Amino acid sequence: MQEVMRDKLVAKAKELLTGGVVTRVLGWKRGEFCYDLTPGIFKSADELDKEFDFGDFAAPNLSKYLIDETRKEDGKVAVFMKPCDTYSFNQLLTEHRIDREKVYVIGVPCEGMIDNKKLSAAADGIKNVAVDYENVVVETLWDGNVTVPRESVLAERCLNCKSKKHVALDELVGYEDEITECNRFDEVARLEAMTPEERFEFWQGELSRCIRCNACRDVCPACTCEKCVFDNPSSGVESKAPSDSFEEKMFHIIRAFHVTGRCTDCGECSRVCPQNIPLHLLNRKFIKDINELWGEYQAGAEVGSRAPLVNYTFDDMEPSEAVERGDKNA
Amino acid sequence: MRKISLDKLDLLFAKIAENQSLYIPSDSVEGAKFTKWTNGTALTNELNTVRGIKDFFFPQSEDLMKFKMQGKNIEVIDIRDEHEDFVIFGARACDVRAMTVLDNVFLHAEPVDTYYKNRREHGIIMSLACTRPVETCFCGTFGIDAANPEGDIVCHKTDDALYMNAVSEKGTALLDSLSDITEDADTKAVDEQKALIKERMTKLPLAELTTDAFGGGKTEKFFDSPEWAKLSESCLGCGTCTFVCPTCQCYDIRDFKTNDGVVRYRCWDSCMYSQFTRMAHGNNRNSQKERFRQRFMHKLVYYPENNNGMFSCVGCGRCLAKCPIRMNIVKVMKALEGTDNGSN
Repeated sequence: MQEVMRDKLVAKAKELLTGGVVTRVLGWKRGEFCYDLTPGIFKSADELDKEFDFGDFAAPNLSKYLIDETRKEDGKVAVFMKPCDTYSFNQLLTEHRIDREKVYVIGVPCEGMIDNKKLSAAADGIKNVAVDYENVVVETLWDGNVTVPRESVLAERCLNCKSKKHVALDELVGYEDEITECNRFDEVARLEAMTPEERFEFWQGELSRCIRCNACRDVCPACTCEKCVFDNPSSGVESKAPSDSFEEKMFHIIRAFHVTGRCTDCGECSRVCPQNIPLHLLNRKFIKDINELWGEYQAGAEVGSRAPLVNYTFDDMEPSEAVERGDKNA
Repeated sequence: MRKISLDKLDLLFAKIAENQSLYIPSDSVEGAKFTKWTNGTALTNELNTVRGIKDFFFPQSEDLMKFKMQGKNIEVIDIRDEHEDFVIFGARACDVRAMTVLDNVFLHAEPVDTYYKNRREHGIIMSLACTRPVETCFCGTFGIDAANPEGDIVCHKTDDALYMNAVSEKGTALLDSLSDITEDADTKAVDEQKALIKERMTKLPLAELTTDAFGGGKTEKFFDSPEWAKLSESCLGCGTCTFVCPTCQCYDIRDFKTNDGVVRYRCWDSCMYSQFTRMAHGNNRNSQKERFRQRFMHKLVYYPENNNGMFSCVGCGRCLAKCPIRMNIVKVMKALEGTDNGSN
């Protein structure tokens, strides 16, 4: 279903490797099944031929790997990025986490990625998957071919895609696309419309399922502290398990605050959560608030922008305007 | 063997729940989950739960003891009490075998873990054969028979009935107590189902995966393999694989200060975490490569070395389904044994 196919990307990667433009390529490695792609480094044409893969399951955002990768050795690393991944990349550049000179960004257009959780809920025993614009045909182990509408198994972040435009690029493979209109704040608005009690109950229901695997933090391109406060035994707040059924609100809410203004809404947190917690909604609430209180702002849209919360202008609203005192919803 | 028609399943659950807590796999927002049965709790159609039955016997977090402090006196309070009786219905063959893996660690080695033992003694497992294994299943690799799960009562669910066969003392007592709502059954339907399952197991994509290359005594062969660096290169270092694993058993013990004393609790720990078994000198595993290696060497080499060849993976496939970057024990096994040619 992706317009640009795997072979075209392999050809581009080989060209960059053999031409000496880059010393290695960061991409996705083929897995055991048609859907389990793993991020990985390719150093030769042979490795690319054998292991490189791209398609409707190339969901992992590769930008965070560049922090370590650019520190490892000299020479450039080529990296494949979908449009949303480039926002994370720009944000990492803004925060001086990556040396831009060491990276060669190859943009790949994206038609939306399939959510593995939704797919396995829709069909049991997946042998193979064929995808077109309308449908996903799953070849199953015991039920023959199962056809489901593509929209029903697309990732939430793709259904609410905020941009198909690459905001960082050295080269684009395929076509150029635009920032999209989306309804990504609708769900946040629904939560805002709840009473505080309803909202508390909603989040308690969601967050109490957390098992503190830290996958959301570890995958998050905005979470790049060298040592997270929650991993630091000297911090006094280190914890490996929920100590009560709602303790996790602290971890998640602190994390959401910490990435406020820096979160690009890439959606990796919700993608990786083994407990199906819609963590992106916390971040989106903050993005929506910033948009409403300080004007539209998209983290990672460009390099070097100052997020409203770390900037000061004479026109800034006073805190007293942002929070209506006495309002229970504040 | 006893049976009950499926339209009376709720009656069966109600009868069991009369005398003890009953947990059955039921659908929830997180996926299928063992849920305390009350009238109306419906059995899931999912093959397996997001997390196994380990949590019932070895919960993610539990208090061990309390200390009360008054001046210079410290009172140690033993908070253990007899656990309530409970029944788990619908545990799959992989997850039941996982309990044997945990028993070896917590019951069959000194000192016996009394917290675990308490729960184990009060729990009855009704296992359920798998008629619809999925592509991530590979319990057969570890000699587990999905057609004949272990457990206290082994169940087979056909289109119209649930067949139950008690195989332990606890199971027999429970099944006897259900005799007025169940009826005697011959093994025909169950035998047919077992044959179907056995045939299906051979058709699974991972049916050919073997443990031949692994086991005790293989530490030197694999420890310095160049594959570890490649396999672990994109590992995030999160704890998903360990926390959804039905056999991972490592824990940490911490003290939590309360107003007038201290609560000592333990919680699951993950060898993938940078602070795992952190020592005074720093850490014995400083890179993700070393931490990653530890997890798989434990499953495939160290555990079998210490437990008469038994592996501590049961092929449930949870890590295959849940790893954020889709690295897992199957990819590790194939890479280490050198049979992975990168093709599908």
